[in-house]
Amino acid sequence: MMNRLRQTMIRCAAQKEKALACFLTAGYPTPAKLLSLVSAVEKGGADIIELGMPFSDPMADGPVIQHSSHVALKQGVTLDWILSQVRLIRHRSEIPIVLMGYLNPIIAYGAEKFFSTAALAGVDGIILPELPLEEQDRYAGLIKANKLANILLVTPTTLPARISVIDKRSSGFLYCVSTAGVTGSRKNSIDTRYIKEVKSSARKNPVLVGFGIRTAEDARRAVHDADGVIVGSALIELIGKGKSFTVVESFVRRIKEGMQPR
Amino acid sequence: MSKKKVKLHKYSFPDSRGYFGKYGGRFVPETLMSALRELEELYTAAKRDPVFQNELKEMLQSFAGRPTAMTFAERLSEHYGGGKIYLKREDLCHTGAHKINNTIGQILLAKLSGKKRIIAETGAGQHGVATATVAAKMGLQCVVYMGEEDIRRQELNVHRMKMLGAEIVPVASGSRTLKDATSEAIRDWVSNVESSFYIIGSVVGPHPYPMMVRDFQSVIGKETRSQIKYLEGREPSILLACVGGGSNAIGMFYPFLDSDVQMVGVEAAGCGLRTRKHAATLTKGTPGVLHGSLSYLLQDVHGQVKVAHSISAGLDYPGVGPEHSSLKDIGRVVYASVTDRQALDAAHLLSTLEGIIPALESAHALAYLEQLMPKTSQKDIVVVNLSGRGDKDMPTYMASGITRRKK
Repeated sequence: MMNRLRQTMIRCAAQKEKALACFLTAGYPTPAKLLSLVSAVEKGGADIIELGMPFSDPMADGPVIQHSSHVALKQGVTLDWILSQVRLIRHRSEIPIVLMGYLNPIIAYGAEKFFSTAALAGVDGIILPELPLEEQDRYAGLIKANKLANILLVTPTTLPARISVIDKRSSGFLYCVSTAGVTGSRKNSIDTRYIKEVKSSARKNPVLVGFGIRTAEDARRAVHDADGVIVGSALIELIGKGKSFTVVESFVRRIKEGMQPR
Repeated sequence: MSKKKVKLHKYSFPDSRGYFGKYGGRFVPETLMSALRELEELYTAAKRDPVFQNELKEMLQSFAGRPTAMTFAERLSEHYGGGKIYLKREDLCHTGAHKINNTIGQILLAKLSGKKRIIAETGAGQHGVATATVAAKMGLQCVVYMGEEDIRRQELNVHRMKMLGAEIVPVASGSRTLKDATSEAIRDWVSNVESSFYIIGSVVGPHPYPMMVRDFQSVIGKETRSQIKYLEGREPSILLACVGGGSNAIGMFYPFLDSDVQMVGVEAAGCGLRTRKHAATLTKGTPGVLHGSLSYLLQDVHGQVKVAHSISAGLDYPGVGPEHSSLKDIGRVVYASVTDRQALDAAHLLSTLEGIIPALESAHALAYLEQLMPKTSQKDIVVVNLSGRGDKDMPTYMASGITRRKK
C-alpha cells in the first residue's frame, strides 16, 4: 500500500488543495481526550495529524507547547501509550499520522524498536527537530527501512544551497519553519519572500509552513507560495482553554477553508 | 596510589563532526546550524591567529589576574599525613572563579562576530557574573538566564550581575535550576540568532562549544604543569577537580591527558547516591541527548530527564560534558562523588587549616581528599583545582551551621 502521507499529498496536489497539518500534544489536556481531539480535527478538515511526543526539556518549543508537554508527562504519557493510541486511531481512520518529538525518549526506547513499532502501529512519518543534516546518518536509515517518511526542516537561517540538500534528504513533505524562533513565536508577519525561496529550492517535496500560524489569514499568506500549513500552538492554546470539540473542529475548518485558493 | 594506567597517545578529540569517541555532536534545531558553523570557522581562525592569541593572553593577565597562584597546603597535607597537597588558586581569578577564563575567550570571539547582544545561562551565578563582567568591559548588552531556585540560593551573584549592567531573566520552568536556565537560553538564541552571541559556561552544548570552552579553560592545566615543575621539579601524581558540566575539570585535565598523571573528577552525590537527590551524572547516569549533545544523563526509563540535586548550584545539573563521558568510558579519568555533607565539612576544614574559604563546588574536590590521601605516600603530589571562592556560598554555609563550629 502506498504511504498514506504520500497519497494525501498527491491528492492535494491533484485537486489544487492546500494541505493542513494539525499538531496535538499527545496526552494534553488529558490522555482520555486524545482520540476525540483527533476526530474533531479530522472532521474540521485536517489532512495530517502531527502528534507531539512530550519531553521534559523541550528546548525548541515556546511556552504553550512546553506547558502542554509538562501536563501530558505529569499524567504518565509514554511512547508506548502514544503508539497504542495510534493503533486505536487506525481502527477508524486512515488520516496520515506523523510523530514529532525530541530524540532522548526515542534513544531510551531503543531507536530501532521505536521506528518499527511506530510503523506497525500505523505511523506514516517522523519529525525530529534536533536532528539536523549533520546528525541524520545515525537514524535516517532506520526511518527509511521502516517505510516512514523522514520529514526535515528548513528555517530562515538555512542557505539556499542547503535547502535543496535538505529537500533531497527529506520525504513526505518539507517542513518550512516560518521564523527563526521556537514554536508559536513568530514576531513579524509571514515572510512570503522566504517561503517563495524555499518553494523554488525544494524540487522534490511539497512544502508545508509551520511555527506561528495562528489564523486563517496567516495560513492564507503562508500558502500563497507553499503547499500547506502546520498549526500547532494556536490549536493547543484553544484546547487548553477548555473549548469544546465543536469549537476545535470549527477552528480547524476556518483555517482549512480560509486558505484554499478562490 | 597504584591503579591500572590508561595512557593516551596523540589525543585529538573532538573529530571534525564534534565527537569525542561516541559522545558529543550537534543535536540542535536547524535554525542554529548556520550560527554553529560560523562560530566554528571563527574559532578555528582565531586559534591560529597570533593577534587574537595575544589579545587573549593579555586580557587573561591584566584583567583576570593570571597566572593564578599554586599554593602548598601545608597544614592540610599534615592533617592527612600522606602526600603533598597543592591548590591551584582559580579562586583568585577576577570575579572569583575559573569561569572568567572562558568568558574572556568567548567575548573576544563575540567582538569578532560583530554581534552586540550576549546571552548566557548560569547556575551558581559565577558564569553569569563572569559573562556580565566581560560584556561590561566590551560595552555589549548582556542577558543572563537563571533558575528561580538558584536566584534564591545565590542572591549575592544576582546583585553583582545587576550592578554590572546585565539583565537577569528568572526561569520558572522545570526544576528552576541550571538545566532549565540552559533550555531558556537556547530558546532565546534560536529566536535571536542573527543578533546574539551565546556564551556557554561549561563544556556542554553542541559542537564546537565543548571543544572551545575546554581550550579556553586549559590554561589552568598548562599553568599547573609548569608551576609544579618549577616547585617540585616533576609532574604531579594526581589531579582533583569537581565536575558539574565539567569545565574546570577538563581545563585542569586536558593538558595532562597524554601523560601518566592520574585524574579524578568529583561529582555531587547530594543526599547520597542511593537517594534520588544527587547530581552524579557520570556515576549514575546513562547516555542520552540533552542541550545539543550526546553524553551521560540522569534520566528515567522513558528518557525523560531527571531533576538533579546538589547543595552546590554550580554542580546541580543532570548532564555533563561529552568529553568527560568519553574519558570515563576509556578509563582515562576516574569519576567519584561526595555528598553535600562531606563537601560542607571539607569547606570548613580548608577554611580553618589554610585560611581559604572555598566555593561549595570546589569543596567537592577537596572532600575527596578524605578517601584519597590515606592511599597516598609522602612522595605523591596531589593538586586540587580550587575552582572558586566561597563568598557567594556564605548564606548556605551559615544555614548549615559550619560557621559556628569550633575548630
